[in-house]
Amino acid sequence: MFVKSSALAFVLCLAPTFAFAQGAAKPTDPQIAHIAYTAGAIDIEAGKQALTKSQSKEVRAFAESMVRDHEAVNKQALDLAKKLNVTPADNDTSRSLAKQAADKKAELARLNGAAFDKAYVANEVAFHKAVNGALETLLIPSANNAELKGLLQTGLKLFQGHQQHAEHVAAALK
Amino acid sequence: MAPRWMFLTMLALIGPGSISAHADTIQVIVDRLAFSPTEVQAKVGDTIEWVNKDPFAHTATATSRAWDVAMAPGHAARLTLTKAGVEDYFCKYHPNMKGRVTTVP
Ligand SMILES: [Cu+2]
Repeated sequence: MFVKSSALAFVLCLAPTFAFAQGAAKPTDPQIAHIAYTAGAIDIEAGKQALTKSQSKEVRAFAESMVRDHEAVNKQALDLAKKLNVTPADNDTSRSLAKQAADKKAELARLNGAAFDKAYVANEVAFHKAVNGALETLLIPSANNAELKGLLQTGLKLFQGHQQHAEHVAAALK
Repeated sequence: MAPRWMFLTMLALIGPGSISAHADTIQVIVDRLAFSPTEVQAKVGDTIEWVNKDPFAHTATATSRAWDVAMAPGHAARLTLTKAGVEDYFCKYHPNMKGRVTTVP
C-alpha cells in the first residue's frame, strides 16, 4: 500500500516493520534533519516504554542505552540546526515514521513479559535496520551541508552499533 | 635521608608493574564510534587510557572478558595491563566498535 506525496513516497500500514520507500524524491536539509530527529525521538519513546514494561535485566540495559544515546545525538542535531539556522521541516516521511511508531507502540502495549521483550527487541532490530538503509541510500547522499552530512554519518555508525546490540540481545532471549 | 635498602624494600613490597620506571601510558582516542588507533602494542605494567570524546557512553570490553572498562561521555578510563597476550575488544553498547591490545612481557 503506497501513499504518494510530492516529497517522498512511503510504505504504510500493512508493513510488519518500519519501512522507507524505494526511489523516493530527494529530501531537503531541513527535511532530513526532521526525519533524523524523528527517528531518534521514536527510539527514545520505545526505550521508555520498555523501561515501564520489561523485567529483563538485559532488555532494560539495552533500552536505557537507547534512551541515553538517542537523547545525546538528538541534542547534537538540535544544536547543529540552531547553529546553521535551519528549522527542521515536518514532512511526509517524518509523519509516516511517527504513525508507524504509534501503531507499534500500541501493539507492544498489549504484550507482557517475555512476549513483550521479544517483540520490542525484534522491532528494535527492524527499526534500526530500516533507518540505516534510509541513512545510507537516501539521507546521507541527499544532505547538502557538510556538518549535517557528518552528523548523519556518525548517526549511521551509532545506529549500526545499536542494530548489532539489538541482535545480540535478541539472540540471548532465544 | 632513608637508606637505599629501605627504598628498595618498599619498591619490592609495592610489587612489580605498579611502579615501574618503564611503564608507559598509551592513549586510545574514542571518537565518533571508533577506537583510534584500533590496535596498540604494550608491555605488562603499561596503562591503556581510553579518552572518550563522544557524547555517548562506551566500553572497552575484552572478548575473553578478561577486562571490561566503562567510559562515561567525555571522560577517560584506564586499565593497567597485568598479563601478556592478545586481547580483542569491543564496545558492549556498540559492538561495531572494535580494537586490539597486544601485550608483551
Ligand atoms: Cu560504544
